[in-house]
Amino acid sequence: MATTTPRLRRPPTRDSHTFEKRPYDLVKEFVIALAVVSLLTVLLAAVFSSPDENAITMSRWATAAPADVVATATGELAGTTTSATYGPPYNDKSNGQSVLGIPLQKWGGVRIPLNSADLVLQPLRDAAGGPVLKAALARWSAASPAQRTKWATSYSDALAAAPGQDPTKVAPGAYGPVPVLALAFLQLARSGGLEGALTSSGNFYGGDQTRSLLLLSDGAYLENLATAQRLGGDQWGMMNETGNYPGQPWMWLYTFWYQVKPFSTSENADAQVWALMMVLTLGLMFVPFIPGLRDIPRWIPLHRVIWRDYYRRQARKSQS
Amino acid sequence: MTTVKPAAPVGSAGPSSSWTVWLRKRLTGLVPPGEALPDQQPAYVSSWIYVFGVLTLASLLVVLVTGGLLALGGVAWWHGSSLGHFVNSLHLWSVELFFVFMVVHLWGKYWMAAWRGKRALTWITGVVAFIASIGTAFTGYLTQSNFDSQWISAEAKDGINSIGVGSWFNVLNPGQMLLWHVVLLPFAIGVVTVMHVVLVRRHGVVPPLDAEAGQ
Repeated sequence: MATTTPRLRRPPTRDSHTFEKRPYDLVKEFVIALAVVSLLTVLLAAVFSSPDENAITMSRWATAAPADVVATATGELAGTTTSATYGPPYNDKSNGQSVLGIPLQKWGGVRIPLNSADLVLQPLRDAAGGPVLKAALARWSAASPAQRTKWATSYSDALAAAPGQDPTKVAPGAYGPVPVLALAFLQLARSGGLEGALTSSGNFYGGDQTRSLLLLSDGAYLENLATAQRLGGDQWGMMNETGNYPGQPWMWLYTFWYQVKPFSTSENADAQVWALMMVLTLGLMFVPFIPGLRDIPRWIPLHRVIWRDYYRRQARKSQS
Repeated sequence: MTTVKPAAPVGSAGPSSSWTVWLRKRLTGLVPPGEALPDQQPAYVSSWIYVFGVLTLASLLVVLVTGGLLALGGVAWWHGSSLGHFVNSLHLWSVELFFVFMVVHLWGKYWMAAWRGKRALTWITGVVAFIASIGTAFTGYLTQSNFDSQWISAEAKDGINSIGVGSWFNVLNPGQMLLWHVVLLPFAIGVVTVMHVVLVRRHGVVPPLDAEAGQ
């Protein structure tokens, strides 16, 4: 008959209230800590200030990179921009990203519906344009979807082939009303009236910039400025901010995954990184229950440094 | 004719099924008598690492106060006012300090295996506070109404959308992000922090490793 030996278990952790005590002024400690933190905050703020680079306005975009505005407007009409082909939550032009075959983005549904062409057409319709613009809008509306796409795609290709992508140097072609619409859009952006026209709230108090930011992101100007300031996605951009400021270093692990394969080259990088970070976060949260992870502090005895006074006293006691 | 019962002395037992009695018992039983704000600690509480928990709490208070001052002027105040800009700087640096202290506190507690002795929930609430703080700081960057806000929101939307929650947590909507930043997430941090501190006071500071029962 086999005998079983009882499994060795660690004794339970002793109740902290049963240990020898010493006076400890918690309130005094907190007040001193508050004073130190307040002083440090004032010093750091006074010495280093904080970054505040002005937001890009549509007018600034149109002035600094007119070709980019025209190319973006044309891309919106052609349905070829990032937002036009994004998928949920903006449209159903793609399924979006998935992780382990689970299409979470698709499951989220199209809840912020967006027709990319409307990013251009709606502000133009709202603007008090002249007869040329009105005729161009009417011609666009009367055309079939296939004809619209053909016009816009042809003009987009012609823009890309023009020297410096300059709209004034585009070769003649069958572009329909697209050049008029794109150039009118550029004019509207220059005038400073585009932000208000694109506010997504639909009322006087515009607090939702979804459409403006999607349009801006579809262009190259925003990303070029960000990359020049080392804020690109492959430059640890999510955790940085403009200037020499610490930004959000606590997001280093999230940002780290975007810098390495397979995530840096994956079509589903965002979903994969999020999934990985959720697993790691749950791991951190449930460390107390994960064998191995919870044992590392015993294996690497940094606690000997933290509680050195206690262990020294215990050693002395056992010697005496 | 109605009869009036004589008033029962304060503190005497009321109906045992009273919701008030139940809640009072729960609240008073959360922390052992005298441990809510003790003037003594176990003798092993003798290391600089213990200071970082208090520093985290103190910096959270500074973050809330500077954020409140910033809120006084409104969203765009700090762009055109040198005082507003300074208050923004105070808020920024208090947040940076808050995270430094919190991360050191977290690592310190890890190497102390501070979840021992039925303290797992204390650890978990600390991690939840850390995660909620990251979300709060992140929404702060989205509500600055400057270039950083534009770029960070443009980048972040892909991550949020990829897991299907972008329409409920729309990082391109600064109005929504502002409310998450100044109401919802700070409230969550406040609640979790109170739970965390109550749990610390309830169980006391974790004893040294190997200082087990009977030793």
